[in-house]
Amino acid sequence: MNAKTLEFKLPALAENIETATVTKVLVSVGDAVAVDQPVLEIETDKAAAEVPSSVSGTITELLVNEGDTVKVGAVVFRATGQDAAPAPKADAPVAAEVPAEPARPAEMPAPVEPDSAGPAPAPKRSGAPGVAAPSVRRLARELGVDLSEVTGSGADGRITADDVKAHAAGAGAAEAGASGPGESRTTSVESLPDFARWGEIERQPMSAIRRRTAENMARAWATVPHVTQFDKADVTELERLRKEHGKKVEAAGGKLTVTAVIVKVLASALKKSPQFNASVDVAANEVVFKKYYNVGVAVDTERGLLVPVIRDVDTKNVTQIAVELGALAERARNRKLTLDEMQGGTFTVSNLGGIGGTGFTPIVNAPEVAILGVSRSQVEAVFVEGGVEPRTMLPLSLSYDHRVIDGADGARFLRWVVEALEQPFLATLEG
Amino acid sequence: MRRKVKDTMSDEANSTRIAIIGAGPGGYAAAFRAADLGMRVTLIDLEANPGGVCLHRGCIPSKVLLHVAKVMNDARDAVHWGVSFAPPEIDFDRLRASKAEVVEKMTSGLGQLSRARKIAFVRGRASFQDSTVLRVTADDGAEQVIETDYTIIASGSRPAWLPDMYLESPRLLNSTSALQMADIPGSLLVVGGGYIGLELGMVYATMGSDVTVVEMTQGLLPGADPDLAAILSRRMEELMHSIRPNTKVTAMTEVEQGIEVMLQSGDGEAVPEVFDKVLVSIGRKPNSSGLGLDSTKVEVTDDGFIRVDEHRRTTDPRIFAIGDVVGQPMLAHKASHEGRVAAEVIGGANSAFEPLAIPAVVFTDPEVAWCGLTEAEAKRDGTKVNVARFPWGASGRAATLHRSDGLTKVITDPDTDRVLGMGIVGTGAGELIAEGVLAIEMGAVASDIGLSIHAHPTLSETIMETADLIFGQGTHVYRPRAGH
Repeated sequence: MNAKTLEFKLPALAENIETATVTKVLVSVGDAVAVDQPVLEIETDKAAAEVPSSVSGTITELLVNEGDTVKVGAVVFRATGQDAAPAPKADAPVAAEVPAEPARPAEMPAPVEPDSAGPAPAPKRSGAPGVAAPSVRRLARELGVDLSEVTGSGADGRITADDVKAHAAGAGAAEAGASGPGESRTTSVESLPDFARWGEIERQPMSAIRRRTAENMARAWATVPHVTQFDKADVTELERLRKEHGKKVEAAGGKLTVTAVIVKVLASALKKSPQFNASVDVAANEVVFKKYYNVGVAVDTERGLLVPVIRDVDTKNVTQIAVELGALAERARNRKLTLDEMQGGTFTVSNLGGIGGTGFTPIVNAPEVAILGVSRSQVEAVFVEGGVEPRTMLPLSLSYDHRVIDGADGARFLRWVVEALEQPFLATLEG
Repeated sequence: MRRKVKDTMSDEANSTRIAIIGAGPGGYAAAFRAADLGMRVTLIDLEANPGGVCLHRGCIPSKVLLHVAKVMNDARDAVHWGVSFAPPEIDFDRLRASKAEVVEKMTSGLGQLSRARKIAFVRGRASFQDSTVLRVTADDGAEQVIETDYTIIASGSRPAWLPDMYLESPRLLNSTSALQMADIPGSLLVVGGGYIGLELGMVYATMGSDVTVVEMTQGLLPGADPDLAAILSRRMEELMHSIRPNTKVTAMTEVEQGIEVMLQSGDGEAVPEVFDKVLVSIGRKPNSSGLGLDSTKVEVTDDGFIRVDEHRRTTDPRIFAIGDVVGQPMLAHKASHEGRVAAEVIGGANSAFEPLAIPAVVFTDPEVAWCGLTEAEAKRDGTKVNVARFPWGASGRAATLHRSDGLTKVITDPDTDRVLGMGIVGTGAGELIAEGVLAIEMGAVASDIGLSIHAHPTLSETIMETADLIFGQGTHVYRPRAGH
């Protein structure tokens, strides 16, 4: 085996992800790296993650810096070492011998290469996506619509202004089954006053997560007609059981939290009320019902809100859910969450009870159609059979998409969740 | 859509200050758009009025001279119809004055439009002190500092010289000095067979110079499809003393009778030849130095072009750049479009520079024009295309003009018949190409053009018939079918 120059290129991270921002470089020139050793921390539009090396050897040249935006396939570093890397698997980092043509340096943030020489650039694409006139292309930009995602209604897939408007109105909803939204950007940009006129200000760039959150929230707020339904669950008995069985779950490596129980209750509730486990396809005038139950749980991290998804909650018991939830939250806080772990949600829970508050109105995580907010439980004086008893009451708020869920259904759904929390037997009886 | 952008601007936009370096077709278009969007605009240029190279020393004055040359050639060609004129007498003072009048009329008109929009026009040379502070130095050395929120660099380009071959001699011309037409030399060597060399070479040849054109590559007009360039070459060969492709200049020295030039053809020996004057037209270089870009985060490529993104924003978020200084093609209309995009982006709109076709026009006679994908590019990139050609010998209008030296070609996607490119050589090609640009931008298929009625008898009919030929037959071109 001869010493060879190896290149480590930024691997494909997930579908539709073409660039990533380097938040931390974990190695430097001269370091010995091993296969699977983390070398970069990156942030994409959708997640933060560590990138492990696929080559082993000594780094001779490092081509990325913190803050760089790097394209998938761009060379991260070169190393000398034995060509002993395991056969690359799909979607895994790929080692390659140095090609004849010099590697492109890491891309600068935002700007792209200027036009290459030549009198007139050729059309970028001839077939798909459908053709769109310049006025329609401009409209798409203004509305933040990616034309490659729009199905044209005109002859040969020609995209009309109406197609773009319809897509903008139904954005999110068209992407059934993904908790991550599409690539479209927020729409109109309002001019701001010069804040410095009234005092000192400081400007900070939004992180990728913050930008993504801002776009998602703005779109959900703009496209989903929200209604929020409030209720309270008497969790006195549940709290007793939680303490009683907490040790068992701890032994399994998890923590029996109210959230874990709620996720399990939701599995039953969603099965019983399929319109809450759905998405709206405005373009097709259809409601997409999902036959799987993946519940996302909002996690507060120092870099912003992340929503890891627990899959197939209907097939897992509370202990399994508690263990998985603990691990996902930990990974979210340590930036280890992969994109896959944040996609495919069908319903979301946001528990702010740990911080406090008596109630809040969560925003639906479109293209999902409902979200359950959980606030802090308190011991209240409750009238029970003529007497007053101290009971632990848990405030819940259910926001839902009024396009597909009627008010009575919303109230029924939340009532069922409340009753299932009060009488856990109900979930197994009816769920 | 335009109105829409304006509507999104709030009153706060009035406080946005924008400075534009360079008042050429890119710079003044950006300035006017920014002012129309309510921004406070400062336009900086060395000249007294907007216009830039295009109006002062480029497109506009050269078109005056080319028009005069065409009148002269048409008068000469009228012999064909039995009409003959006496050889022309040219009053060069009058010609130069008329050319200056056109330039003055256009640039002072732009000055008025600029003042009407309340744009502060500052005469001088600008350089960055930092991303938002510019120092402008006037000709007399007076300096002023301009603070701004955003700057658009529209500093343009300048003629390139042959490396290591500069002579301090009035016999050595570039496009600027050639347009001044100090005299009509007995012999003129044009170095570079691109559009500038051919346009100016044609003017001088018509006015009486023996013009020799040398071009390093295989044919004239590198960038245009060879079948289009070939038709122009035929006429050029009649008009000019000689046209020599695959020939380069290896040395130049001034001698008593003129400039001695060593010309090397192919791999052969370099041979000396003496010319009264030499015009160097080998391209243009971006004006990216001397702007104090080191004081900003703006990045420049090895070729001297400023790096920009699709919004024409540089690597410095406060600075945009447009036109020749950001890359090819170095064309006024491309710069104007970019200028409007940059102004709108600064105004808060999500505009981008994303044309599917930019027309290129060579104002020789015949004119050569093309847009979108060329056949040469398709071949180079392995893009499958259908190409239809309509020779103007079959055009009634061309026959009435006695100008059958023309060709129209349409390039389409073989799967969708969508129009990807168009090329035209012939009289009036520069006006005709607009239809190609519109077809490409609108995503027209060949039959959209074929089914649109074109007036008869016009040269525009050739476009309709070429589109029909994509499907095999056109009215005025018959191709025998196999088996018949």
